[in-house]
Amino acid sequence: MDTFKVLVVEDSPTMRQLIVFALKRIRGLQIAEANDGVGGLKKLSAEKFDLILTDINMPIMDGLKLVSLIRNDPQYKDVPVVVITTEGAQEDRDRALALGANEYITKPIQTAKIIDVVKRLLAVSG
Amino acid sequence: MSEGEQNKGAQQRAEEFLQVFKKGAEFTQDLLKENERLRYQVLKLEKALPAGETGEVARLKGRIGELESEKLEILSQIKTIEQENQDYDNRYNEIEAENNLLANLYISSYQLHSTLDLTEIIRIIQEILLNLVGVEQFSIMLLDETQKTLRPLVVEGADPQHVSSVQVGEGVIGAVAQSGERRLLGPEESADVFADPIAVIPLVVGTDVIGVLNLYRLLQQKVNFTNIDEELFNLLGTHAATAIFTAMLHMERDSRPIFYDSFFARMAEDLI
Repeated sequence: MDTFKVLVVEDSPTMRQLIVFALKRIRGLQIAEANDGVGGLKKLSAEKFDLILTDINMPIMDGLKLVSLIRNDPQYKDVPVVVITTEGAQEDRDRALALGANEYITKPIQTAKIIDVVKRLLAVSG
Repeated sequence: MSEGEQNKGAQQRAEEFLQVFKKGAEFTQDLLKENERLRYQVLKLEKALPAGETGEVARLKGRIGELESEKLEILSQIKTIEQENQDYDNRYNEIEAENNLLANLYISSYQLHSTLDLTEIIRIIQEILLNLVGVEQFSIMLLDETQKTLRPLVVEGADPQHVSSVQVGEGVIGAVAQSGERRLLGPEESADVFADPIAVIPLVVGTDVIGVLNLYRLLQQKVNFTNIDEELFNLLGTHAATAIFTAMLHMERDSRPIFYDSFFARMAEDLI
């Protein structure tokens, strides 16, 4: 069975724990966590990930900046990025997608949707 | 020709005629017999043929009946299996929803009781309300027992000037503090959310109301409260209250762990 490495970048421990809980329901995922964009970049430079989930509103470096940097990195330019955020306005969605995010999910947390999106982007069924 | 010769000729013709007649009669007799025989055969065949046909038809009809019956049974089994699949699908979705609810409750509870720091507890309450429920603006009011007044402890996402102290029993918020009964409205059902919040949740420790949680506004993508939200409100009403209460006790003790003193005091009492 294929294994995929997924990075969760989220400053809220509650939300991070819930996202990790959701992802653990998908077989074959290895999950790493980071508190903010800078922490996320450090993890991304240390090892290769197959998918990245990130919040937008975070201290130090926000999620949009992180998405932009990821897309400018040749190693990660094709890696799926999912934004999970409280920002529900259409312009926020458009901005994130224009920067290169593959999916935009709004809070409150939608566990089933997160699972579906990750499965689809990684093309896994389990 | 003489008369005798004439008689003899006539007699001979009569003989010949008689012979022909006899042969005709025999032939007729034979024909009648043959006719009789053939009619008998026909009757026999007529009797035999329909009987054969009926048997085959009956056999085929019986087989068709069996196959029809099998088909109905298979269709019935397919229907049963489809129904079972539907039931399993529904049950799976119910279990998934239950699983998500339990995860939300477990993680919220885990986070609320992970610290004795009041600021941290307020942050966790805010995280739960924002990330799990979808609340953008809220306040926490604590009860001042001596003045019978609810005073704002924290206002999140809204201008604090909109939120003022409330007497117990006064207005919607004061009534909830008095009764201990939660009050929920739809997001669009309040004309003045600061006087009449869309949700007022009593914070209860044991049987005592120690304050209220007022929700003023939801995230724009959040349409309405769900069953999971209501479960989370139940959890916040008790667990957040206990966490706040414990953190305040901890602060009153100058952050010295209470359990050491209590434990050793009890031990000393037992020894005396």
